[in-house]
Amino acid sequence: MPDPSFVFAQSLSGLTAAMFLFLIASGLSLIFGVLRVLNFAHGTFYMLGAYSAYQIVQWLGAGPGMFWVAVLGAALGIAVLGGIVERFLFRHLYGQEELYQLLFTYALVLVLSDAAKIIWGTQQKSVSRPPGLTGSVSLWGATIPYYNLFILLLGPAIALGFWFVLQRTRAGRFIRAAALDRETLGALGVNVNALYTGVFVLASFLGGLGGALVTPVRTIVPGMDTEIIVEAFVVVVIGGLGSFWGTFLGSLIYGQVLSFGILFFPRFSIFSVFALMAAVLIIRPWGLLGRPLK
Amino acid sequence: MLEVRGVAKNFAGFQALGGVSLTVSRRSISSIIGPNGAGKTTLFNVITGHLRPDAGQIIFKDRDVTGIAPHDLCRLGMGRSFQRTNIFPRLTVFQNVQAAFVSHRGRGFNLVAPVERLYREETEELLEAVGLSRQAGEVSGFLSHGGQKQLELGIALALEPEILLLDEPTAGMSAAETRDSIALIERLASDRHLTLLFTEHDMEVVFSIAQRITVLHQGRVIAEGTPEDVRRDGEVRRVYLGEKHR
Amino acid sequence: MLAAAFFVPALGSRFYTFLANDVAIWALFATSLNLLVGYTGLVSFGHAAYFGIGAYTTGILMKQLGVPFLLAFPAAGLLAGALALVFGFFCVRLTRIYFAMLTLAFAQIVWAICFKWNEVTGGEQGMPEIPYPNFEWIDGVAAWLPFVGGYRASEYFYFLSLVLVGLCMWSLHRIVRSPFGRMLETIRENAERAEFIGVNVRLWELAAFALAGVFAGLAGGLFGIFNRGVFPDFAYWTKSSEVLIMTLLGGMGIFYGPTIGALALIVLNHQITSYTEYWSLILGSILILLLFVFPGGIGGAVAALWRRLQTRVHHA
Repeated sequence: MPDPSFVFAQSLSGLTAAMFLFLIASGLSLIFGVLRVLNFAHGTFYMLGAYSAYQIVQWLGAGPGMFWVAVLGAALGIAVLGGIVERFLFRHLYGQEELYQLLFTYALVLVLSDAAKIIWGTQQKSVSRPPGLTGSVSLWGATIPYYNLFILLLGPAIALGFWFVLQRTRAGRFIRAAALDRETLGALGVNVNALYTGVFVLASFLGGLGGALVTPVRTIVPGMDTEIIVEAFVVVVIGGLGSFWGTFLGSLIYGQVLSFGILFFPRFSIFSVFALMAAVLIIRPWGLLGRPLK
Repeated sequence: MLEVRGVAKNFAGFQALGGVSLTVSRRSISSIIGPNGAGKTTLFNVITGHLRPDAGQIIFKDRDVTGIAPHDLCRLGMGRSFQRTNIFPRLTVFQNVQAAFVSHRGRGFNLVAPVERLYREETEELLEAVGLSRQAGEVSGFLSHGGQKQLELGIALALEPEILLLDEPTAGMSAAETRDSIALIERLASDRHLTLLFTEHDMEVVFSIAQRITVLHQGRVIAEGTPEDVRRDGEVRRVYLGEKHR
Repeated sequence: MLAAAFFVPALGSRFYTFLANDVAIWALFATSLNLLVGYTGLVSFGHAAYFGIGAYTTGILMKQLGVPFLLAFPAAGLLAGALALVFGFFCVRLTRIYFAMLTLAFAQIVWAICFKWNEVTGGEQGMPEIPYPNFEWIDGVAAWLPFVGGYRASEYFYFLSLVLVGLCMWSLHRIVRSPFGRMLETIRENAERAEFIGVNVRLWELAAFALAGVFAGLAGGLFGIFNRGVFPDFAYWTKSSEVLIMTLLGGMGIFYGPTIGALALIVLNHQITSYTEYWSLILGSILILLLFVFPGGIGGAVAALWRRLQTRVHHA
């Protein structure tokens, strides 16, 4: 029986990973729920968010508060990028077959990831933790970095905030309506085009935010986009395509399976998440909290 | 030939069908009518195996076929046309019907023969019978609505059915097209000794050719009998015409 | 065109032979996927799994167990097909996006196994130095048959690939033009109606899935030798997307579409990577361009043009 504090530490590290994943996966889920397309480029937005945060820190120096400026700046920048992509490119593909829309998002991955290589090269980059959140605390025998704790609190906070927006605000109602029946919504006079752009912008913001926030914890390398997007797919499938809390739940499950998998079956940890994904699809395709798609 | 016994179907709390029973005898022409939402298409879907009923049975040729998969059911002799035209849009008219022959005659698993050569004569004959010979080479998706309905008939007939279920065969047609279509269906039915069961909105069509009519309303049978019986039935009048029940 | 391909080594350059061999194998891989995507209407995101299994099968059999190519090659197809049958059974019960996700999940499982099962697959490092098939007997034949002798092993392998790929493509062509293929098309066009002309849609889809897996496995078996090594990324999802792009690029409604796509993509790749390392950028841009201008892929655009010319001739 492994040491309980070790188990606790593993569990926390799984939770932290889950929170980052949740930020990306929620954007993916949002785009899928409303626009009905799996945005492969979402992982690349995440990566660009990380690179942008790095770049802004380079420009502004590592003074107090600069980290947060960089994070916010990066997230906003990616949001704008998402908006431009949707408004000027993606919008023209709406009538076409879904396969071509998917292909477009994949082409975006190719273009943007190479663009990142051109701008930042292939060397690993990293960003140090913001002053104020360096150091760690000892909790139940495990050493938890303050930054990780922050992420563990921020994740659910964003989830709740997001949920609040979806449930209580007018914009949120429109988003939920669009996810259910966009044609009727258009017929009711709502500017569906603007709504789509808005959704894309919001999702890109979340993805970029996730990337920016992960910089002190993971090194920034090319290829982090293709890695994370598959993880996001797993999460969204397990939780339920288009379900908000499903994505949250899926992230939690993913994080725990991965961290404990590494602990007990190191060789099978990667295998186990995909096996879980396959199992969910076989037994209950619409995921744990999702509903059968029409 | 076909018997529906006490079929019920619920969709998430909404009762689409509540204990429907009807009998269709061999070589007869029967019709199911009813206002929108009465459950006609749902009933068809249950009969043809697209939906499993929550209760009840479908007996076809003295055999319980409730819930049998559509592809097996059509091998037993049941043919169907669909309300929204259901053809194979990017195949030509000829290929549409030919595919039905290929499947029906059991050659579907053949991996080697060139499919173009199979059943050419039979397909040509059938296209002639439904009046589409001239359009044989056209891509079926580009056919007019009426043409697609004719094609659907052709596909259904290629399966050599004993009973033909037609879901609103004249939907979306002009008066002239409707007359031609009904004449065609009648002729084909008598030539091939078919039993017909169809749903319709167009009352003229129904009363002109149906021998027995079943009236559905909100998932239940409210009247059944010859056209005369149904025309005189008070409940039917109330449902359709809003007349007070006398 | 196949006959012309035989003369490529005569051009003398090892590079051209290499390129042609690459194109041939990927053409087979892409055409196998097209059986699913173009003819049956099933979009798979995980076709590389069968490619990878084929490659590993041949690689393991030939390198570690010394099995001759004559047996190792069909084994690749058989094992890949068997696994496709198992995976496919679960996949065809789902529709559209769920189907695609499950194919992806299974492919990633295959990748994860290849990546981690060090004893059998060499793990992350893969298996370098897969031997060529034994070509020594050819020297004996060359004694009394002109033109046959005097080539390098890589060139003999190229000829062998051409022959095998040619056979496979011919088989696929037969299949696609057969009643079976036509039934697949009815499923693509209107699965509901196909059910009602007596087609057991799930069974046919499973059969198509398995067949596609067999031919992908065969392509993989060839590729492992050609590439002089087998690596886990053969089964990674990006490989699946590469082959899917080739299929779409060339036009999925046409039998030779994926071949054209493979040719275009590989030639372009080699040309461009000699000038710049930013191949992804160029490819992505080309794809985006094509999507907005030619939704039917290159093959589709050509076919449309051909049809327009034909109608013009008819009306003239």
